Amino acid sequence: MSKQKKMHILFTLPMVLMFLVFHTFPLVRGLMYSVTDFKGFGSYDFVGIANYIELFQDERVLNSYLFTFKFAIVCTIIVNIISMCMALLLNSKIRAKGFFRGMYFLPNILGGLIVGYIFNYIFTFLVPELGKMIGSETLSVSILGNTNLAWIGVVIVVAWQSIAFNTIIYISGLQTVPQDVYEAGAIDGATKWKKFWKLTFPLIAPFFTINMVLCMRNFLMVFDQIMSLTNGGPAQSTESISMLIYKAGMTADQFGYQSANSVIYFVVIVLISLFQMKVLNKREVQL
Amino acid sequence: MRKAKAEKKNNGLTVLLAIGLATVLFPLYMTLVIAFKDPSEMTNNIGDLLSLPQTWQFSNFIEAIQTTDFFHTLFNSFIITAGAVIGVILLNSIAAYAIGRNMGKSRYFKGVYAYFICGMFVPFSMLMLPLVKEVSILGLDNRFGLILLYIVFNMPINTLLYTGYLKNIPIALEEAAYVDGASHWTVYWKVIFPMMAPMHATVAIMTALSTWNDVMMPLVILSGGDSQSTTLPLAQLLFQSSFGTNYNVAFASYLLALLPILIFYLFAQKAIINGVTNGAVK
Repeated sequence: MSKQKKMHILFTLPMVLMFLVFHTFPLVRGLMYSVTDFKGFGSYDFVGIANYIELFQDERVLNSYLFTFKFAIVCTIIVNIISMCMALLLNSKIRAKGFFRGMYFLPNILGGLIVGYIFNYIFTFLVPELGKMIGSETLSVSILGNTNLAWIGVVIVVAWQSIAFNTIIYISGLQTVPQDVYEAGAIDGATKWKKFWKLTFPLIAPFFTINMVLCMRNFLMVFDQIMSLTNGGPAQSTESISMLIYKAGMTADQFGYQSANSVIYFVVIVLISLFQMKVLNKREVQL
Repeated sequence: MRKAKAEKKNNGLTVLLAIGLATVLFPLYMTLVIAFKDPSEMTNNIGDLLSLPQTWQFSNFIEAIQTTDFFHTLFNSFIITAGAVIGVILLNSIAAYAIGRNMGKSRYFKGVYAYFICGMFVPFSMLMLPLVKEVSILGLDNRFGLILLYIVFNMPINTLLYTGYLKNIPIALEEAAYVDGASHWTVYWKVIFPMMAPMHATVAIMTALSTWNDVMMPLVILSGGDSQSTTLPLAQLLFQSSFGTNYNVAFASYLLALLPILIFYLFAQKAIINGVTNGAVK
């Protein structure tokens, strides 16, 4: 082994050791807890795959997966459509471009928990007042208290913050499209819609991929905003998977059981990420 | 002719964007006015709620500062964020450098690269329960423990960012330094580390924003022990019950908690946007 290689192995050592201790070790421990009836304290027994079998029959668990997926898919679609429009607007020939870009990015840097508290107030006090004014019965009470509508509140808040981020990614995508592509398009007499669909979109497809993958990943892990908006309620209708693992695992004596849940959750995230990358990568066009 | 066309601005779209700004600014405006109002001004009437305060009450802020121990939690957040940023830049970059320079020719480094990258797929909630146990046994359920964990959990993405950036730095520079008799240690700190400055900036901004705003990790790691380590966002959660129905004090507290990052954004807006974009796209 050369001296350089020895030195370089030494360079990686602190991070490798820290990663082993604080990442891999808890991962393995989690797998071990997942086959026990550990409550978080005291002694525990090996129960085989009993936890996993029970998970698939547990309504609270199934509901949290349903909510998380419904939320993540709807939010990903909404965020990407609006972000794409915002990026096209902010990249067109407008005045004070830098100012607008800076302002529209603002929601992204604010903490999700605090933003959730602010919107909680809007949904609890302002929206019902507006609802009364327009005479809508559904809107005259807080949507956060409605088991069918509370999730929409979560979508709005998370979208408000994510649009800011994804717009910036799309703008940086639009800036990579060379102008002469459009000039060629103009000669062929392409309409605006056609120009976007046939020229712009295929060229910024890699950015579309990044945004889709990042959105899904982040939204499947949603936690902060729910904590301050609904705390998982009403009637656990907005309890995301992370929140369930946190609440039931930390405080409801379900340490082992929720460890099993988190293993499933991990597998789901890996599968979705791999699937997305495979499907979306195929569609990209190289210039 | 073409140049004139390129410079023509679309006023209609500009106005549209200006109106759209209300969606961004309204929640912040509301936070501001409620934070400064006297509780007696809070009625059910939307007009009253959103009007400017009759007198600007600073007493809400004083109460919020006392309730949440603001300066203490601000200090905690600052120490944890600064520690995480410095730790990430020093430790993540040197490991990523060694990986990037050797992974083409060595199985060890290729393996370490894959090891770190795979960590990206693991959601924090999966590690959360065992990690809480481990950290409390090691006595790391405090600020120092949080800093260590942020250094670890940022490694996967930073491996990607630093090794990607390293491809643009010609290896000839290092070889020249070796010929001059420099050690590997010196070559890294004197030649490579300064050359990676643009990537350090990106990494620093991403780490700072995510650490500053993080709730989940402090919430679970500090749950068992040290309430003295509470961070600024976490304090908003912990003191929710103390605010009760006094929304004026609550909003004063939220505004105080948002203020540091708003000021940071005011002065480093370009760098922040560039940092976040580079971090996601590269």
